[in-house]
Amino acid sequence: MAEPLLSAQGLVKRFGGLLATDNVSIEVMPGEIHALIGPNGAGKTTLVSQLTGNLRPDSGSIRFAGRDVTRLPLHARVRLGLARSFQITAVLRDFTALDNVALAVQAHDGHSFRFLADVRADRRLRDSARRGLEAVGLQARAETLASALSHGEQRQLEIAMALAGEPRLLLLDEPMAGMGPEESQRLVGMLRNLKSRCGMLLIEHDMDAVFALADRITVLVYGRAIASGTPDQIRGNAQVRQAYLGEEVA
Amino acid sequence: MQTSLIASLRTPRGLVTTALLLVLALLPLLTQALDQRYLLLVGTRIVIWSIAAASLNMILGYGGLVSFGHAAFFGIGGYTVGILSANGINSGWIQWPAAVAIAGVWAALIGALSLRTRGVYFIMITLAFAQLVYYLGSGLEAYGGDDGLNIGRSRFSGLIDLRDKASFYWLCFALLLATLWFSSRLVNSRFGYVLRGAKSNELRMTALGFPIFRYRLAAFAIAGAFGALAGILLANEGAYISPAMMSWVKSGDLIVIVVLGGMGALFGPLYGAIGFFAVEEFLKPLLDLLHKGWGEYWQIVFGPLLVMVALYAQGGIDSLLGRRHG
Repeated sequence: MAEPLLSAQGLVKRFGGLLATDNVSIEVMPGEIHALIGPNGAGKTTLVSQLTGNLRPDSGSIRFAGRDVTRLPLHARVRLGLARSFQITAVLRDFTALDNVALAVQAHDGHSFRFLADVRADRRLRDSARRGLEAVGLQARAETLASALSHGEQRQLEIAMALAGEPRLLLLDEPMAGMGPEESQRLVGMLRNLKSRCGMLLIEHDMDAVFALADRITVLVYGRAIASGTPDQIRGNAQVRQAYLGEEVA
Repeated sequence: MQTSLIASLRTPRGLVTTALLLVLALLPLLTQALDQRYLLLVGTRIVIWSIAAASLNMILGYGGLVSFGHAAFFGIGGYTVGILSANGINSGWIQWPAAVAIAGVWAALIGALSLRTRGVYFIMITLAFAQLVYYLGSGLEAYGGDDGLNIGRSRFSGLIDLRDKASFYWLCFALLLATLWFSSRLVNSRFGYVLRGAKSNELRMTALGFPIFRYRLAAFAIAGAFGALAGILLANEGAYISPAMMSWVKSGDLIVIVVLGGMGALFGPLYGAIGFFAVEEFLKPLLDLLHKGWGEYWQIVFGPLLVMVALYAQGGIDSLLGRRHG
């Protein structure tokens, strides 16, 4: 069996008396979509923040692309090929869509201590950014300020930015949130196409999207991983139905 | 976010800016023709303060870093020139690069500490470091202490005589143009985009993989170096240095100028400096005209005026000249 792209073992994170992450282990294989589901407050975002380096776990270890990254800061993990798209849409609102993606490309193109050359005349950044916008279907909105894009478009822009560095693993924090059914469906199609390019850890409330996309699902409840398996296994798991799916179905 | 140096003549902004630069370029001739020597002195001060404000604009306007201690770089520039001159080193070829280098290094040092803080803490810590430099200056009894010190002007091996008011003005004006040119290139470079992106959304920029701290630190050092340039000129203008040039009031004035002119607008510092000095020069006599003695209290009028700018014209004077592109 191939080595996992991402492997977290025994992660624990406490906030005062609250055990937000309780001995969680999770793996993502190359080219796999691993979905992380769980009710609100289950600690999904806390877990992802530890994987990205926004939070440091109290104990446990994280390996990414064959290296121990437990103590590496966020930007160093990004350089290794870990990209994140945010739950709360986080684009640079004062920049155009093209500038947003161009900055994302720039982040992966060596240092930025270049003081004089005009960035808008930088073919390498601009061409690559235009291709990124095309990949998510936003090419017509290139010169629009990000703040003027619709919610769904901002989401698409987010993903174009996350993909700009050709990441090996994409962490998607509720990409469907706030989207209409039609937009969600388009995004599901888009993510499925991207599967050949990178592995994904998908956090999502939209169960249709999760079961349509995921190769493997881990269920998080009160900071603990109560089940992990294929979509069929999870659907048939009595504990999961009771703890989580039951609520939604009922 | 178009910020090209040579503005299009077809826009109001382009027209105003071009006319303004033309008047400034010809100011020594104009003031001579009108026999208003005093206006040239005011013009010189406006140009010098514009350089300082432009350097602050690099970090405040484009970087969103509210440094409340920028006048310290006036002081470092001025005192380096003054102390060297008092010790017999009058060559500007030595004084000026030394002053700029010292200011850059000092900015990097205090930046390395202050840039770890955010918001009000950043404001307070930059103020604290500036006060440190201020008290250091006033404690230098050998160099005049609180009273300040008369100094000899920098010499450039006979190339230019800084005692000549017109030559000195033109030198300042050329350096202002150079500063604005550099600033326009900087903010549109890869470096500048990182700086502006971090102002827009720091967390997102970090998640993209930019080590924001390093870029901000470099920007802080660059701004400090340009601030010292203004200090060098200020010391040469009056052939005098004193701790007053780096008091916290001056740091506040610099912020006011940047905000008044328009944060993150290329020519904002120039508009702001003109506005600031125009108010200072004309509001006093105007108030005195209304009632003898009221001129003393011009700041009572100026304060609310600034509040109005902060509330209703957030782009400052620059925003009155029409929208910026994109």
